[in-house]
Amino acid sequence: MNWLPLWLACGLLTFAIRLSFIALEGRYRPPSWFVRWLPFVPIAALTALTVPELLLVAGKLDLGAENPRFWAGLVAIAVAARWRNTLLTIASGFAVLALLRLVPA
Amino acid sequence: MSPAAAFLLGVRALLPMLLGVAPFGVIYGVVALQSGIPPLAAFLMSSLVFAGSAQFLLAQLVGAGAPALLAVGAVGLINLRHALYSASVAPMLHALPRRWKLLLAYLLTDEAYAAAIPHLLREPRSPLAHWILFGSGFALWAGWQLATLAGVLLGAQLPADLGLDFALPLTFIAIVVPLIDSRARLVAALTAGGAAVLLAGLPYKTGLFLAVLAGLGAGAFMSGRGRL
Repeated sequence: MNWLPLWLACGLLTFAIRLSFIALEGRYRPPSWFVRWLPFVPIAALTALTVPELLLVAGKLDLGAENPRFWAGLVAIAVAARWRNTLLTIASGFAVLALLRLVPA
Repeated sequence: MSPAAAFLLGVRALLPMLLGVAPFGVIYGVVALQSGIPPLAAFLMSSLVFAGSAQFLLAQLVGAGAPALLAVGAVGLINLRHALYSASVAPMLHALPRRWKLLLAYLLTDEAYAAAIPHLLREPRSPLAHWILFGSGFALWAGWQLATLAGVLLGAQLPADLGLDFALPLTFIAIVVPLIDSRARLVAALTAGGAAVLLAGLPYKTGLFLAVLAGLGAGAFMSGRGRL
């Protein structure tokens, strides 16, 4: 297997995607709808990355007692909304996860 | 704030994520070796491609003997959402010299973007924005290199599943929940999250990209009073 050219091709493509708008800034004006969509990128991207981790077990929706990550995530969301503290949020999520693993379902 | 303080701010914001990224990197190393990739090649993929889930897929495709063009296309599809991060930070990096733009583009991952973005949004015109992003990007890069190296050296021994990877979604929750301060943002979050679950079965994480787009559209629709 000739891995180096393949790695380089994948790396260059990834780099080009990440550089795209940074390099174009000032030289190209994106359409106005795109500009109005952009402020939602942090929220939409991070939520889309996170929610499947909480709700899906092996690709299937699971909101039962068998899925401790769902309950731990719910508590973490509540803690984040109330206290806005990163370490407290992470600690509360792990605490619920550990508790649910101790208790036999 | 000094450049060094901004850099450390970025590093600190990313540190909790390393708890989840480290086991992920170790497992990547093990999976790459099991796919028949030589140890040096497995390790170098982490700096040449530097993209977590795309590296897993690339290793598996190579192991399955998939054609190179398919592998490159799949990696491109998985990483397509990074173009949105690029557009999101582009105005803040506009005045930087080209070498800074190249460096920050190389380091622009989900994790680095997530760690830096609350600070960047708080002060979009900060002259030190690039140092914050560099701090987050560098911390993730260094952690990822060490974790994949550990996986390659450990070889066939998979680390015990302690559930540490859960640190990543938990940190994302800690970042995203305080950002939801309007009805439009709440709608963007619910749409993106719901769509990500519904579309999770689509190949090459295209469902993830489409879910982000749906969230963006829904948020803009709400804030524009019914105009997309």
